Amino acid sequence: MSQRLATEIVSLSFEHLWLVLISIGVAAALAIPGGVLLTRRAGLRRGMLAFANVMQTVPSLALFGFLLPIPFIGGIGPHTAIIALCLYALLPILRNTVVGITGVDPIVREAAVAMGMTPNQILWQVELPLAVPLVLAGLRIATVTTIGTATIAAAIGAGGLGVFIFQGIASVDAAMILAGAIPAALMAIAADEGLEWIEKKLSRV
Amino acid sequence: MNPPAAVLDIRNLSCRVGDRWILNNISLRIDAGETVVLLGRSGCGKTTLLKCVNGLVQAAQGDIVFQGRSTSEWDPYRMRRFIGYVIQDFGLFPHWTVAANAGLVLKLENWEPPAIEARVHLMLDAVGLPPAEFAARYPRQLSGGQKQRVGIARALAADPPLLLLDEPFAALDPITRFELQQHFMELRSTFRKAALFVTHDVREALMLASRIVLLKDGAIDLIATPGTFLSGVTDESRAFLASLDSGTRRVDEPAPGD
Ligand SMILES: Nc1ncnc2c1ncn2[C@@H]1O[C@H](COP(=O)(O)OP(=O)(O)OP(=O)(O)O)[C@@H](O)[C@H]1O
Ligand SMILES: [Mg+2]
Repeated sequence: MSQRLATEIVSLSFEHLWLVLISIGVAAALAIPGGVLLTRRAGLRRGMLAFANVMQTVPSLALFGFLLPIPFIGGIGPHTAIIALCLYALLPILRNTVVGITGVDPIVREAAVAMGMTPNQILWQVELPLAVPLVLAGLRIATVTTIGTATIAAAIGAGGLGVFIFQGIASVDAAMILAGAIPAALMAIAADEGLEWIEKKLSRV
Repeated sequence: MNPPAAVLDIRNLSCRVGDRWILNNISLRIDAGETVVLLGRSGCGKTTLLKCVNGLVQAAQGDIVFQGRSTSEWDPYRMRRFIGYVIQDFGLFPHWTVAANAGLVLKLENWEPPAIEARVHLMLDAVGLPPAEFAARYPRQLSGGQKQRVGIARALAADPPLLLLDEPFAALDPITRFELQQHFMELRSTFRKAALFVTHDVREALMLASRIVLLKDGAIDLIATPGTFLSGVTDESRAFLASLDSGTRRVDEPAPGD
């Protein structure tokens, strides 16, 4: 392997990681509070979960394509990719947050009310801590999928490990494809293991 | 006129869930130091009455006066912290230690951490859970009886004037139950709380009550001292007395005077 290829793998890996981290960060910032809100509004819940479900069924290449011509949101570059990746990451985080909170033992919740806790105190001290393992599981699923999906972001000029894959496909060069696919797979495995470890650590209590 | 001493005064309370009436026209006063035992069959509305007092269930009619103020005038969060509630199914927080569970209300009332710790240790000792052994445990590391003791410690910690106890000893073996009943009587003479104590066990009612309130299908069937209760004034109270061990008291035996 040439020195140049190695440097390029490292720099594209960082670009890839960066895309994933921003997307997951934004998705979590939307989906966790959103999930909490949905547990408060049963009416909204159905609609929002349905929307997130639909987003997930749109093929990723098609979604990138759809977003391209939209003013402000679309265009060539990483921001379009980040928006698309966010939309994909929303569902698992949203759903797991809702399930984690609604799954809190009703007796525990009623006890919290009976002892004089306010709704805010119940949320922060009871519901969210008890939902943490499930929220983390949602984050893990979202992260692993996003690492894979982000390879397609190269198609709209967002960079990342997909650059190798698309170049490899164009020049029918298997080694080039692997130069993108292997680091992406390793990154997904590492994220899966690492987040699972944190999950186990936190749900021991 | 009611003297102002009543800790809890329930006036003509009715309550429904959906369109089913669960409680009908309940009136009941509890003074400081008194243990009123709410006795009744399963499903007669005992838990619902406690939840009404605590504000977990809204009354449809009538009024509940706690410490001289109608519960509708109380800030509900504040009021609940002044009412110690031992919940039928424990209701401990699984992610908190025994000490944190027992100190919950103190934390809500913004006590300083060292003061909470001291108070919690005192309470755990009082309910027979040595803090050195139990304070750092989690609820899943406790037996049913120990969880119930934590529930009692939590209810007592903030020194509330009123205690609501929902079948606190129901899930226990007879020996532990007897120990805890003894314990309860000691605690009661130490802390002089007003207590509304739910049970479906006549023996327990006779042992602990200042007065027994017999509930039948959501209405009061009888209010009596244990002595009067033993004379079996109503059908429902006779049904309960019949459930007592025949060896404990013969039907033709004269009831103890009151
Ligand atoms: N949330 C609810 N929705 C519908 N019905 C309810 C609800 N809560 C209680 N009930 C009904 O109200 C009645 C009284 O219930 P409650 O829990 O007060 O009984 P209880 O006397 O405490 O019984 P137990 O001794 O078994 O604990 C029961 O018939 C029960 O089915
Ligand atoms: Mg009950």
